Amino acid sequence: MPVISYIDAISRGLWEEMERDSSVFLLGEDIGEYGGAFKVTKGFLHHFGSDRVVDTVLAESAILGAATGAALVGMKPVAEMQFADFVTCGFNQLVNNSASIHYRWNLPVPMVVRLPSGAGIHGGPFHSRNPEAWFFHQPGLKLVAPSTPYDAKGLIKAAIRDPNPVLYFEHKRLYRHIKGEVPDGDYVVEIGKGDIKRPGNDISVITYGAAVHLALEAAEMLEKQSGISVEVIDLRSLMPLDKDLILSSVRKTGKVLIAHEDTLTGGIGGEIAALIAEFAFESLDAPIKRVGARDIPTPFAPTLEEYFLPNKERILTALRELAAF
Amino acid sequence: MAIVDVIMPQMGESIAEGTITKWYKKVGDKIAKDETLLEISTDKVDSEIPSPSAGLVAELLFPEQKTVDVHTVIARIQTDVHAPLMPVPEHVQSKTENPTPEIGSTIDSSLEPVTIRQSTSAETNRFFSPLVMNIARAEGISLSELEKIPGSGANNRVSKKDVLDYIERRKSGGATAYIKPSTAGTPSGSVEVIKMDTMRKAIAEHMVRSIHTSAHVGSVAEADVSKIVAYRERHKTDFEKREGFKLTFTPFFVDAAVKAIKDFPLINASVDGDSIILRKDINIGVAVALENGLIVPVVKQAAGKDFAGLARAVNDLSNRARTKKLAPDDVQGGTFTITNPGIFGNLFGFPIINQPQVAILGVGAIKKRPVVINDAIAIRSMVYISMSYDHRIIDGALGGMFLQRMVQYLENYELGIMN
Repeated sequence: MPVISYIDAISRGLWEEMERDSSVFLLGEDIGEYGGAFKVTKGFLHHFGSDRVVDTVLAESAILGAATGAALVGMKPVAEMQFADFVTCGFNQLVNNSASIHYRWNLPVPMVVRLPSGAGIHGGPFHSRNPEAWFFHQPGLKLVAPSTPYDAKGLIKAAIRDPNPVLYFEHKRLYRHIKGEVPDGDYVVEIGKGDIKRPGNDISVITYGAAVHLALEAAEMLEKQSGISVEVIDLRSLMPLDKDLILSSVRKTGKVLIAHEDTLTGGIGGEIAALIAEFAFESLDAPIKRVGARDIPTPFAPTLEEYFLPNKERILTALRELAAF
Repeated sequence: MAIVDVIMPQMGESIAEGTITKWYKKVGDKIAKDETLLEISTDKVDSEIPSPSAGLVAELLFPEQKTVDVHTVIARIQTDVHAPLMPVPEHVQSKTENPTPEIGSTIDSSLEPVTIRQSTSAETNRFFSPLVMNIARAEGISLSELEKIPGSGANNRVSKKDVLDYIERRKSGGATAYIKPSTAGTPSGSVEVIKMDTMRKAIAEHMVRSIHTSAHVGSVAEADVSKIVAYRERHKTDFEKREGFKLTFTPFFVDAAVKAIKDFPLINASVDGDSIILRKDINIGVAVALENGLIVPVVKQAAGKDFAGLARAVNDLSNRARTKKLAPDDVQGGTFTITNPGIFGNLFGFPIINQPQVAILGVGAIKKRPVVINDAIAIRSMVYISMSYDHRIIDGALGGMFLQRMVQYLENYELGIMN
């Protein structure tokens, strides 16, 4: 099976869907001739033409409003936010319009918003956000956050085919950093299904996105050092959550760490912790622990950014505390 | 119209279930408060259960010979005799699967004294995670048993692994080996296999658990009870005329024990993890041999009774033990136990502590013996009193001093005790 990068997996997924379904089209800032800020859509303009690869004005509200409208008339738009941070300018379109249309008008809104998100690239406070928790709270949206090339391709295809507005969080630091086996040709990763990235018996780590890789490294190290067996659950979909997978893992291990790169307070981890406390209380052998970024805007200085972000050591510390409890 | 639930009472601290042997009433019958509603049999005691309330028998939820968990609702009494018999709503009819959490919601407040007070559980300082509690419940591990598991977690917490290891050990020998049928050790030759009845199994479990729980150590003292023997001889006829029952030696020993406990209160204690629980009430259990086992009814608040009161209490409890009339409360809450190996003529015994107490006194046979008094040989009525005590908290010095204090009280019984 070919080994490709995370960013190429996204590109291939988009490409295949555009080949497969002529109602799929792309819109965003500088995605055409320039190929997008991260070159996800490089070469798309020449192959698919300017009707299907649309450069837009620098106005996220307009992009998301147009995408919503196009979806309502039967198209399948895939809108790119140049950086996930900028989605704030289109927030109203997403949460008030896209998310509620199906409930108000009983119409499908098959749109996808791609959000290059995450820190660790020295992008500072305006180019590093993980804004998923804002949308997690908004009923009517689906949220996915792949951590591997395989899931990236499978989820972009599933997102495009889904009749709901789907927010696709693609982590910038994983773009060229993470490579993996990706089958040629068509497959989808079902939205709402998590994945056991590493089976284990003693502690569960519930995580998603870039933090999956930190958790895997920490789990490996802990197993080697102390023989403690850590299970790593990659949520892949944040909305809907794979509750069955989360609860079955916690029921198996009795100890759980929730890790995400987003800042801790009000992050998705809180909801997962509540879910576990409510439905797996009697299986808990230790307090639920969380690791996330510190509650400050993303610092620009590399050393401060390093301090801000969750890392392998912080996850290891939390895992050791759980193991010792 | 009020409905009062009748629950299967707990007839002893280690009793988990009881068998309904006979219903004295059927649905629709009138019943007075405290009138016998049914007879039950448990592994410790057979007992008649009175109705908690006057009214009509609204429901009998189990047939005779059915064994149910303690605290299960077994019948309902409708207190308004004029109202038509009302079916009880479905949701309250379900049998309590997990008795403890439902107690509050299913039993009438007048029955509350019957609810379990699991030894010292409420006073535990150790934390058990929901998972550990859950495993313990599923495996039938009591809280007091849990407390004895050494924890490998932070602050010696009992982790999931600790409790699973404990279960493994228990299965492979450990504390319940006596219940596990031995596959290797069946003797050959001519044998008769006798199945243990429930009382025997409960006694076996309690005895082995006690041995595994407490560090048993024993001391024996000798007391000259000639004065007591003479006193009893002189007064027994008057006593029986006045009180309506025979004066035995037991109340003398109960009285002496109560007095000695007041002097050495640590004897009247329990152990809870790394805490010692001093019991402020002095409740003396008195072992009564039955046809097929034994039971230990408890003289409650023994410190507040005079000699005649103790004698009446001992007589009443042993009578009711033999006639199966003990109430659940009668066999609970003991803080110290007296047993009587002398009843068969033996000099002394080595009793096993009645958990969660920390000491048990054995009274030997009172026999005339030649003893040396002021370098002369005299014939005196002598008794050996032996005590097994929990060396975790009672050292030999304290155990020995306690016994000697009892000897002093026994040897110096003064007149006027039967006031």
